[in-house]
Amino acid sequence: MKEKSLHKRILADRLFKGMVVVLSFVSVTPMFLILFFIIRNGISVIDWSFLVSLPKPMGESGGGISNALVGSVILMVIASLISLPLGILAGIYLSEYRKARFAYFSRLSLEILQGIPSIVIGIIAYVWIVVPMGSFSALSGGVALGMMMLPVIVMSTEETLKLIPDPLKEASLALGVPYPRTILKVILPAGLSGIVTGVLLGIARIAGETAPLLFTAFGSPFMGLNIFKPVNSLPLLVFNYATSPYPEWHTLAWGASFVLIVFILSLNIIAKLVTRRWKVQF
Amino acid sequence: MHVDAGKITVLSAKGAAGGYAKHIYQSRSFLTESAFRRILYLSGISVLLLLSAIFLSLFIASGPAIKQQGLAFLIGRVWDPVAGRFGALPFLVGTLLTSFLALAIAIIFSLAISIFLGEYFRSGIASSFVKSVVELLAGVPSVIYGFWGLFLLVPGVRFVEQQFGVLPYGVGILSAALILSVMIIPYAASLGREVIGLVPSDLKEAAYSLGATRFEVVRKVVLPYARSGILAGVLLSLGRALGETMAVTMVIGNSNALPRSIFAPANTMASIIANEFTEATGKVYLASLVEIALVLFVVTAIINIAGKIIIIRMSVER
Amino acid sequence: MGKAIKLFSILLLLCAAGTAQAAGQQELTGAGATFPYPLYSKMFDVYSKEYGVAVNYQAIGSGGGIRQLINKTVDFGGSDAVMGEEEVKAAGAPVLHIPTCAGSVVITYNLPGNPEIRLTPDLVADIFLGKITKWSDPRILASNAGMRLPDMAITVVHRSDGSGTTNIFSDYLSKVSKEWKEKVGMGTSLNWPCGLGAKGNPGVAGLVRQTPGSAGYVELIYALQNKMAYAAMRNRKGAFVRPTLASTSSAMNVTLPSDMRVSLTDTEAPDGYPLAGLTWILVYKEQGRQGETEAKARELVRLLWWMTHEGQKYAEPIQYAPLSKKAAEKAEVQIKSITYNGRYVMK
Repeated sequence: MKEKSLHKRILADRLFKGMVVVLSFVSVTPMFLILFFIIRNGISVIDWSFLVSLPKPMGESGGGISNALVGSVILMVIASLISLPLGILAGIYLSEYRKARFAYFSRLSLEILQGIPSIVIGIIAYVWIVVPMGSFSALSGGVALGMMMLPVIVMSTEETLKLIPDPLKEASLALGVPYPRTILKVILPAGLSGIVTGVLLGIARIAGETAPLLFTAFGSPFMGLNIFKPVNSLPLLVFNYATSPYPEWHTLAWGASFVLIVFILSLNIIAKLVTRRWKVQF
Repeated sequence: MHVDAGKITVLSAKGAAGGYAKHIYQSRSFLTESAFRRILYLSGISVLLLLSAIFLSLFIASGPAIKQQGLAFLIGRVWDPVAGRFGALPFLVGTLLTSFLALAIAIIFSLAISIFLGEYFRSGIASSFVKSVVELLAGVPSVIYGFWGLFLLVPGVRFVEQQFGVLPYGVGILSAALILSVMIIPYAASLGREVIGLVPSDLKEAAYSLGATRFEVVRKVVLPYARSGILAGVLLSLGRALGETMAVTMVIGNSNALPRSIFAPANTMASIIANEFTEATGKVYLASLVEIALVLFVVTAIINIAGKIIIIRMSVER
Repeated sequence: MGKAIKLFSILLLLCAAGTAQAAGQQELTGAGATFPYPLYSKMFDVYSKEYGVAVNYQAIGSGGGIRQLINKTVDFGGSDAVMGEEEVKAAGAPVLHIPTCAGSVVITYNLPGNPEIRLTPDLVADIFLGKITKWSDPRILASNAGMRLPDMAITVVHRSDGSGTTNIFSDYLSKVSKEWKEKVGMGTSLNWPCGLGAKGNPGVAGLVRQTPGSAGYVELIYALQNKMAYAAMRNRKGAFVRPTLASTSSAMNVTLPSDMRVSLTDTEAPDGYPLAGLTWILVYKEQGRQGETEAKARELVRLLWWMTHEGQKYAEPIQYAPLSKKAAEKAEVQIKSITYNGRYVMK
């Protein structure tokens, strides 16, 4: 009879559990290391002048990240303007035409789109917009980011709308409300929390993207408000400063990283709150 | 025709069968149903069109390189812009080495997290804590990982290399793989946790009633059952690792030579594009870089589709 | 839904407003070399304060500058490498190389105590070819009598991006080492036999700074700003020369062709530093392409004139050699030859 001593088996069981717990907590440590260093090195730089001044020329100390903040906002606005209308409509399509053959291909395309490396999207935006336009621009950067945000919006819209029970739609239609109105004024508002969550998460995803901006938004030492011209952005600034040899610039990069992480974490937290508080329960 | 809300309610109550009221209503609506449905349909198509357009653009732009070099591109070992020879093998090797090494490291931790969250601590403080932190890990931008890696991980690796007697570059494949592994843990972990949590309890109960320890249940019941889901998660992580650019560029040492060891500097497909795209002078040079992007696109697409198919098949089985 | 449309329109209007407001202001875009970037960044900062014109220069490497100029996505390019045949052909129209200053490529390294090392041409070639692998190599000690160099491995650091600095460096090495010329050659992006790559002059400086025992090549100011040690080089006349303002300017004292595409490396001047190089702003001679406005052409010409005249005073404080009188004269001729739709911009 195969009698592996009970003792040994219990020991193995305890060891396993211990290992699982230890490994899980070890995986958690990088997060804390990252946060710790960003906070420790970054917080000393953050003050009002840091947030509102422009970067200084190379090698000079001082300066701030104002143009990167504004540029990031501009890029996010452009990306949202591009991806929201299209994304929500596509999400509606997918949730309304669930069984359609075509919807299957649409969904597949979304999966692929979501997995495309961001640098490839950057190349596409360069070829489609920068070259024909003859200049680097916030617009091309926004388009690249919009392409990355699109799958998030579509999928979250679809998921949200799928959860809304059909009777709601049918009741509205039965009352004589036209189909477009039903969708736009009854169904969509019911799923608003999920859509807003999707938007927040989409923005959180593109807020930190650098690769596609390398050859689209291009960067700038000045404050840029013109969407047809280059702009700076927070992740670009972090990249340029971090890979430079100047300790002053490194400190600025820590500060910028701090701002960026706080922003992204806030978006994630707000998204969670939106889901919890606002969700229309059926 | 100007109709106000009050009248409409009355009218639709009267003519609810459709006819008169529907006619009034539709002429007030800003959109007819068929137009709206067409718009929806177009939005649905647009995604497909976008994807095809991306693929076509990449393909056309890499034309000159494909024409000139053909398949030799993928096995060529020398990337020499001066001589006009573009062999992408060093970058394929760099990408494979970093991604698979990262995957190997990440799988252990992802699996641990999946089991932790799916089996042992399904709810409670420990569970929310680990879950939130893992989600946050996924949200940290790549450039910040690279920044952190450059300043904290690379000196560490340099120290280790000095102990081993290897050239203390600090940067290189090992550093890139380490950072990548941290970045891809959340993807396999979240999918793994879902599937492990979905293992039917009656299967587990049956095993327990036969006297199995938790460890044995996990090993012999849970994991085999969740096998495909875990595989899908692994594929997703791999897809992410292959395309990762910023963090890798910052710590991989940027050398175009074929890497000989994991301590050597290298370049991945993504990082060579980031390094050289803005300055590729010469048609074939630029086209070669776009061809690398095309390869990346195709490979990540295949991996993502494979992962998705596995997930779909899983839900169908259930 | 109505609210969403309102929000949408507001955001759209904001973008348009921002664009309209900023569109009135003239802005010039340039890209290219990191070699002169400290100088340019200072110059453009001053220029924007004095003239209200924002000049956005991104240091992406000389290769990038040339490429973006060819693609016509920037108004001017910055490069320490002269455009090659294929590039000239790709540009399709004549491109002027207007010199702005000269700098020096120095060999910088990370050794304990920051010793001042002397290097000969063949030593440099062999180090960067990977043939000399340790600092304690007797050949290095031969030129540095009396020095004690540690038994550390030499980690070569080079550029990972297309670089004019690399071009100057490899131009020099091709002149002094036949093996280098055959094996690696000259160019902005090379097939390096060994070493780590870093992006831009700042990247190389940063990596050398962090990696003990490493050696790389950067423009002088990057080594100075980071308090890094750099080597004295033996020039053609046999003297070991340290890269300074004076030795860089000496290297510029050669016959200059009218199109200013000249290499200063391996200079004949007895007290000249052998790794000096000019850096140029590249512009199209004919500015009227692609619907550019004449106002922009005038702004560009004014900028170029300022850079080669009043702007020169910012060079010396950061160790760049200002243009010699002869060089400045040649630059003036070039700037005056810029046309817009056939007419000279500068009267």
